[in-house]
Amino acid sequence: MTVTVYVPADSAAVSVGADAVAARIALLAQQRGKAIRLVRNGSRALFWLEPLVEVATPAGRIAYGPVDATQVDSLFDADFLGGGAHSLRLGLTDEIPFLKQQERLTYCRIGLIDPLDLDDYAAHGGWQGLQRALALSPAQVVQEVHDSGLRGRGGAAFPAGIKWKTCADTVAAQKYIVCNADEGDSGTYADRLLLEGDPYSLIEGMLIAGLAVGATEGYIYIRSEYPRAFRVFNEAIARAGSAGYLGDNVAGSGRRFGLQARLGAGAYICGEETALLESLQGRRGQVRVKPPLPAHQGLYGQPTVVNNVVTLGSVPLILARGAAFYRDYGLGRSRGTIALQLAGNVRCGGLVEKAFGLSLRELLHDFAGGTASGRPIRAVQVGGPLGAYLPQDVLDTAIDYEAIAAVGGMLGHGGVVVFDDTVDMAAQARFAMEFCAAESCGKCTPCRLGSTRGVEVIDRIRTGVDPVRNEALLRDLCATLLDGSLCALGGMAPFPVLSALDNYPEDFGLAR
Amino acid sequence: MSSASLKPAAIPLQDPGPTPREHAAVAAAITACRDLPGALLPLLHAVQDALGYVPSASLPMIAHALNLSRAEVHGVLSFYHHFRTSPPGRHVLKLCRAESCQAMGSVALEALAKQRLGIDYHATSASGGTTLEPVYCLGNCALSPALLVDDELMGRVTPQRLLALLDALESGS
Repeated sequence: MTVTVYVPADSAAVSVGADAVAARIALLAQQRGKAIRLVRNGSRALFWLEPLVEVATPAGRIAYGPVDATQVDSLFDADFLGGGAHSLRLGLTDEIPFLKQQERLTYCRIGLIDPLDLDDYAAHGGWQGLQRALALSPAQVVQEVHDSGLRGRGGAAFPAGIKWKTCADTVAAQKYIVCNADEGDSGTYADRLLLEGDPYSLIEGMLIAGLAVGATEGYIYIRSEYPRAFRVFNEAIARAGSAGYLGDNVAGSGRRFGLQARLGAGAYICGEETALLESLQGRRGQVRVKPPLPAHQGLYGQPTVVNNVVTLGSVPLILARGAAFYRDYGLGRSRGTIALQLAGNVRCGGLVEKAFGLSLRELLHDFAGGTASGRPIRAVQVGGPLGAYLPQDVLDTAIDYEAIAAVGGMLGHGGVVVFDDTVDMAAQARFAMEFCAAESCGKCTPCRLGSTRGVEVIDRIRTGVDPVRNEALLRDLCATLLDGSLCALGGMAPFPVLSALDNYPEDFGLAR
Repeated sequence: MSSASLKPAAIPLQDPGPTPREHAAVAAAITACRDLPGALLPLLHAVQDALGYVPSASLPMIAHALNLSRAEVHGVLSFYHHFRTSPPGRHVLKLCRAESCQAMGSVALEALAKQRLGIDYHATSASGGTTLEPVYCLGNCALSPALLVDDELMGRVTPQRLLALLDALESGS
């Protein structure tokens, strides 16, 4: 009997040796006369267990991990193909608490399927959202997304339905759907996971968006730091096209949608939607003044919906299951689920998709299991490099856009980077300014020059040069950045700096 | 922008122009990309994929093909960290400097790499084996610290693994 064995081909799994594990399994199966079908799935995103090998058994998929290539022989000796006992055996994958406690909606197929297998996608609920969208009028599709309460998952949390309606109501001969896959925030990998692990769901989401607003062309802008995601996604576009899901007659509907993937070139600012549009047009990624909104005048001056990967990837499920199904998850104005990404100094790092409302403390203790170093958590940076450093005493805050904002933070794209008590918060504040200096597009003076001056002022404070006056100067500089920048880079780079200064003044040599 | 990414793509007065190899690669990239909407970035990628860098001397060719000014092409080329105008070493090593990797000891790895290679960022080791570049997040943040060597991602990098990698890169294997 042929046994199906899963070894992820996801970048993260490969970065810790999954390819060598897969090769060793294939070789030993051949040598030992075992009939196996080796599937290179996406990652389940339980990264501390990667490379995570799974074996299909009548009882369900049984997991072994983290597997090193040198341990594959012993797995065969222990009859892992029959689910045999081994020190790496984790039991049924679905019963691993980190996974079992989640509510995976957008990521329901991640790690489960062969990402590029169209039959696998269809067998796991794929294309159902598209079928329903084709049966509805465009206005009904927009209404459905609006009613679901879906907000932009890239960071700004703008209601997707309003953005779509604005674009749909704008009359133009050509409209565009642009997927923002320029996931530059440290501590985030949700976009990369979906691009590599379930690319057709994103294609389906973009198709639905195109039908809803009347756009016939789509672009996805993937960052150059993700070479594997770019290769996988291009292959997915080619296969979806061959199967009739892209081109002049989408799924036999007579409607057109063309899709191209474009590669970024290492500019953080291109994650900002107007800079991204400039970059797609072949220019320097400099931020545009808004208005006009991209929904009115976006790519090549035409009405354009720009949405993040996770936003568009959530759309097929909303259409397939209905707005109410999605809206029933979450609380307040944060509806549905959020893909949180545990990163940095955590014992169990990975993706946690849960309904909004979980507390940070639950996330860090129940899921992450504390720090990898075993030392106490001192600071948590939520929402990427422009997010505030949150201290221990706000960890009971519920994860919800408004609640995190109320404690001075920002949920952003859902990255959660943990630091233990060895961190020097003054160094982190300095880095925030240094990063802003490296990545500023140069359009606004406070960001372009203020970031470099910020590094200098922090250096003076750290070396004890007139610290009280320099602290006042730094705060003043931060206020100038906050008020005088067009986009979030200059406008939010002060957040990590000020939060470090407010919560950890002793690290700067200042009195609390 | 860091000062290093603002390398001037100055063209000498007695410009010898691109070498035959450069000329061929740029011409092929122009043929492949010139009809794309927003062709400049795909074109620059195609050139760098073929040669490892985008020769400054090819700017007039690219500008002419896309009906842009040389200044516009230079502006784009110098804006993006990914593009380089001089040949890299045999391997390009990108160390992640972002917060998640910092939380797991990347600062020590940076110091180690710079010391072992005897260079700072944006430079190539004397052996020609390794060009060292910083990168801000590789999306491998649950397996920090991370690095990218050519197009291969590595996670859970320890000082020992980094030293072994550097030895391999420097020895040409």
